[in-house]
Amino acid sequence: MTTHTTPARDTLIPLPTPVARALTAAGAAIALAGTFLAWTWTTDFPGDLTVTGYPGGLQILTLTSAALTLLFALSGYGIRGLGWLTPGGTNSPVRLLALGTLGTTGYTMGAIAYELGGVVNLEPGAWVSGIGALISTVAALALPSDEPLPQHEPRPGTWQRFRNSLTAPAAPRATTLPAWAEILIITAAFGAMLYVFTYGIDIPTEESEQFIGFLITAAFAFTAITRAGLISRITALTTKHRNVALTAALVAALCFPFTQDTAEYALIGVNILIFATVALGLNVVVGLAGLLDLGYVAFLGVGAYTAALVSGAPLSAIGVHFPFWAAVLTGAAVSLVFGVLIGAPTLRLRGDYLAIVTLGFGEIFRVTVNNLNGNSGPDLTNGSQGIPSIPDLNLLGIDFGLSHDIGPFTLSRPANYYLLMLVVTAVVVLVFRRSGDSRIGRAWVAIREDETAATAMGINAFRLKLLAFALGATLAGLAGTVQAHVNYTVTPEQYQFAGSVPPNSAFLLAAVILGGMGTLSGPFVGAALLYLIPAKLQFMQDYQLFLFGIALILLMRFRPEGLVADRRKQLEFHENDTIDVPEPRQSEETGAGIAKAGA
Amino acid sequence: MTTMTTTTKTATTVLDASGVTMRFGGLTAVRNVDLTVNAGEIVGLIGPNGAGKTTFFNCLTGLYVPTEGKVSYKGTVLPPKPHLVTQAGIARTFQNIRLFANMTVLENVLVGRHTRTKEGLWSALLRLPGFTKAENASRERAMELLEFIGLHTKADHLARNLPYGDQRKLEIARALASDPGLLLLDEPTAGMNPQETRVTEELIFAIRDQGIAVLVIEHDMRFIFNLCDRVAVLVQGEKLVEGTSDVVQSDERVVAAYLGTPFEGAPGAEEVAEVEAAEAEAHAEAEATEAEPTEAEAATDDDTSTTRTEEEDTR
Repeated sequence: MTTHTTPARDTLIPLPTPVARALTAAGAAIALAGTFLAWTWTTDFPGDLTVTGYPGGLQILTLTSAALTLLFALSGYGIRGLGWLTPGGTNSPVRLLALGTLGTTGYTMGAIAYELGGVVNLEPGAWVSGIGALISTVAALALPSDEPLPQHEPRPGTWQRFRNSLTAPAAPRATTLPAWAEILIITAAFGAMLYVFTYGIDIPTEESEQFIGFLITAAFAFTAITRAGLISRITALTTKHRNVALTAALVAALCFPFTQDTAEYALIGVNILIFATVALGLNVVVGLAGLLDLGYVAFLGVGAYTAALVSGAPLSAIGVHFPFWAAVLTGAAVSLVFGVLIGAPTLRLRGDYLAIVTLGFGEIFRVTVNNLNGNSGPDLTNGSQGIPSIPDLNLLGIDFGLSHDIGPFTLSRPANYYLLMLVVTAVVVLVFRRSGDSRIGRAWVAIREDETAATAMGINAFRLKLLAFALGATLAGLAGTVQAHVNYTVTPEQYQFAGSVPPNSAFLLAAVILGGMGTLSGPFVGAALLYLIPAKLQFMQDYQLFLFGIALILLMRFRPEGLVADRRKQLEFHENDTIDVPEPRQSEETGAGIAKAGA
Repeated sequence: MTTMTTTTKTATTVLDASGVTMRFGGLTAVRNVDLTVNAGEIVGLIGPNGAGKTTFFNCLTGLYVPTEGKVSYKGTVLPPKPHLVTQAGIARTFQNIRLFANMTVLENVLVGRHTRTKEGLWSALLRLPGFTKAENASRERAMELLEFIGLHTKADHLARNLPYGDQRKLEIARALASDPGLLLLDEPTAGMNPQETRVTEELIFAIRDQGIAVLVIEHDMRFIFNLCDRVAVLVQGEKLVEGTSDVVQSDERVVAAYLGTPFEGAPGAEEVAEVEAAEAEAHAEAEATEAEPTEAEAATDDDTSTTRTEEEDTR
C-alpha cells in the first residue's frame, strides 16, 4: 500500500504518471493511425469505411477525437504553445477525450459487427484503432486526478474515484489580451461552432450510425473542453465583448446556407431557426418573468394562420393578398391581441394554476381552429384540412420559391427563407436582450423571484406579467408569419401541446429548460438539439417521446440549470459548489456596471 | 427626547390610520387601531407575538385590504394596492427577509427605483435617448444608497450570498430607493447581535435625518426606547397605549401584557406554602398516573395559537 499522499491513491489504475501519460499519447496516436486503414470490407456499411489512406464517415469522428486526445495529452507535458488548451483541468479532459475516442470507436465496431453480421467483417484497421483507444483510455485513467479526493478513511469507492477523476477545478481568471486578439478568438470559436453544427446537419438522414457517433464524440469533447476551462474562457470573452459576440454569431448564422447545396438540410436549418426563435420568445415569458406557459405554441399558430389568411392562399376565407411586411405586422398584431385576451384573465393565477390554464387555452386554440370549417362553425380556417398552398414570397424582386445563384453558391428555396427568418430571429434577439436589460426586465425578474416583495417595491405585477405575456405572444406570432410561408400550409395539428415534430408547446418549453432558462443562447442550443436528434435518428421515431422524457430526467438530475447556465441559476442549483466572487469593482465603471447573466 | 417630540408636534402628519380593523373570518387580528406618524418622527410599534403588528403593517401597505377604517398618506387616502402605496411614498421591509435572492445587490436596489422611473418597454427596445440617461441616473442613485448603508463594495454580489445583517441592510436600501416619505420597518434587528443592533439604530437615525419618517416594529425594548419618539403598544389587535418611551415603560398594562398579571399584593408566606404543596401534590400525581403531559400540552396549545396568528400576519 502506498502512502496516502501519492496520486496513486486517487487514481483508478496504479501506473506511474509518466508512463501513463506516454501510454495515453501513444494509444491516441495508434487510434489515429488506425483511422487511415480500412475498417470493413464492404461499402454496405454507411459512410464507406473501406478505403485505406482516406478516412470517411465514422472514422473521421474517431480521428478527430483521437487527435484531440493526443493534443491534450501533449499539453499535459507542458509543451510550449499548448498550455492555453488547459487553463482549468489538465488530466480530466484527456480522460474524457480518451473515453470519447473509445466510445466512438467501440460504437463503430459494434455497429459494423451488428449490421454486417459478425466480428469477421472488421478489417485490421478497426482493431488497430480500437486497441489504441483502449490503451489510451486505460492509461488515461491512471493519470492523477485534477481535484484531490477528500483525505478521509476509508478509501473512497471505485465509482466515487472515477467520478472525481472527471472533475476539474475552475480555470483562473485569464490575462487580458489585446482587444483584436480577443475578438479573433471569439470569431474562431463561432467559426468552429458553425463547422460542428453544419457537420451534424449534413450527416445524411439514413446514416443514423454516423449521427450517433457524432453525438458521442461531441458530448465527450464538449465536456472535455469544459473541464479544460476553455468554455468558461470563451464565455468570459463573449460577456466582455457582447456586441462582437452577437455579430460573430449572426455572421456564422449567415454563412450557414452557403455551406448547404441541398435543399433538404437548408430546410432543417430554417426549421431549427423557427423553433429556436419561438423558444427565445417563450424564454421572455418563462425565463425572465417566470410564468409557466404551456400553451405557447398557440400564438405561433395565430401568427401562422393570420399570415396564411391574408397572403392570398387560394383557400383563404379572406380573399386579400397583403404585401409581406403588412402580413407580418398583421400576424404579430393579432397574436398580441390574443396574448392580451388570454393573459388578462389567466395571469391572475400563480404557479401551477397558470400552467394548467395556459395548457387548456393552447388546446382550445387547436380545437377551435379545427372546428372553424364552415360545418361546425363559421368557415375561417378550413378545419383540419388547414390552409394549403400559401404562395411563396416575392420580396425586392426576389422570388423566394426559386433557387438563386450567388457566385459559386446556390441558395435553394429553404435557404432563402432561412435568411429571411434570420432577420426575424435577429429582431427577437434584440428584443430579448434589450427588454431583459432594462427597468422592465428587472421588474420581470423581481416578479419571478418574489411577487409579493416586487409589488411592495411598487411594481404593478399584473401589468408587467401581462406585458411579458403579450410580448412573448407577439414574438411567436412574428415567427409564425414566416413559418406559414416556409411550410406552404398551416394545419391545426402543427400547433398541439406535444407531438412528434418540434415546434409544439412541450418541445418549446423543453428547449428553453434544456438550453438554460433566462439565457440568450440557451434556447438556440436546446432547439438545435431537440430538432436534430429526432430528425437524424428516424429509427427511434416510435420511442421519441419516451427517450425525450428520459433525457429530461437525466438533465434535471445532473445539470438542472440547463446546458447554457445563467450565472444566477448556476449559483441557485449548486450553491455549495461555487462561491460567487465577482470581479473587483472599479470605481469609474459604475455606469457600465451590472454583470450580465448568461452568455 | 422630549424636546424632539415637542418640535415634531407642529409638523405635518405623514401617516394617518384611523379605525383600521382587519378580520380573517371569525378572527379579528386588528381592531379599530388609530395611529398617526408625523414628519421627521420615529414611531415604534410593540406588542407580544400575535398582537397583530405585522397585520397592521400589511393593512397600511395595501397587502391586505382592511375590513374597516382608512389609511391616508399626507392627506390623501391610500388605495389598497401595494404598488400604489409605494408610489404614494410608503416603503417597507419584511419581517422575514424578502430580497430578490438571485439578483445582484445593485439590481435589488434598482428594482426599488421602479416607481421613480418611467422608462417603458418601447424606450428599452428602441434605446431612446432618455433611456440611457434614466438608467445611469438610477444606477447612480442606487450606488449612493448602497454607499449610505455601506454595501457599495458588494454591489455585484448576489443578494443570497450576503451575510444576514447585510441582507437586512440591503432590504432597507431597497426600500429607500423608492424615495419614500415614510419607511415601515418590520423587526429590522431580528436575529442581530447587540453590535449590529447599534449600527442599525444609527442607520435609522440617519434615515430620519434625511427627513423620512419611520414606523418600526421591534421586540428589542432597549432598541425601541432608545430610538423612538413615540411608542404604540398593540395587544390582541387593540392599541393599548401610546406615548413617549417613559409613558409606555411605566404603564402597568404594558408590563402585564408582556409578563402576565402579578398576584394581588405580594405573595405572602401562606401563598408560597400553598403553591409548594400544590406542586408536590401534582408531582406525585404525575408520577403515579403519568399525567405530566397535560401541563405541557396546555402550554404548547397556547404557543401554537400565538404562532398561528403570527404566521397569518406574515402571510
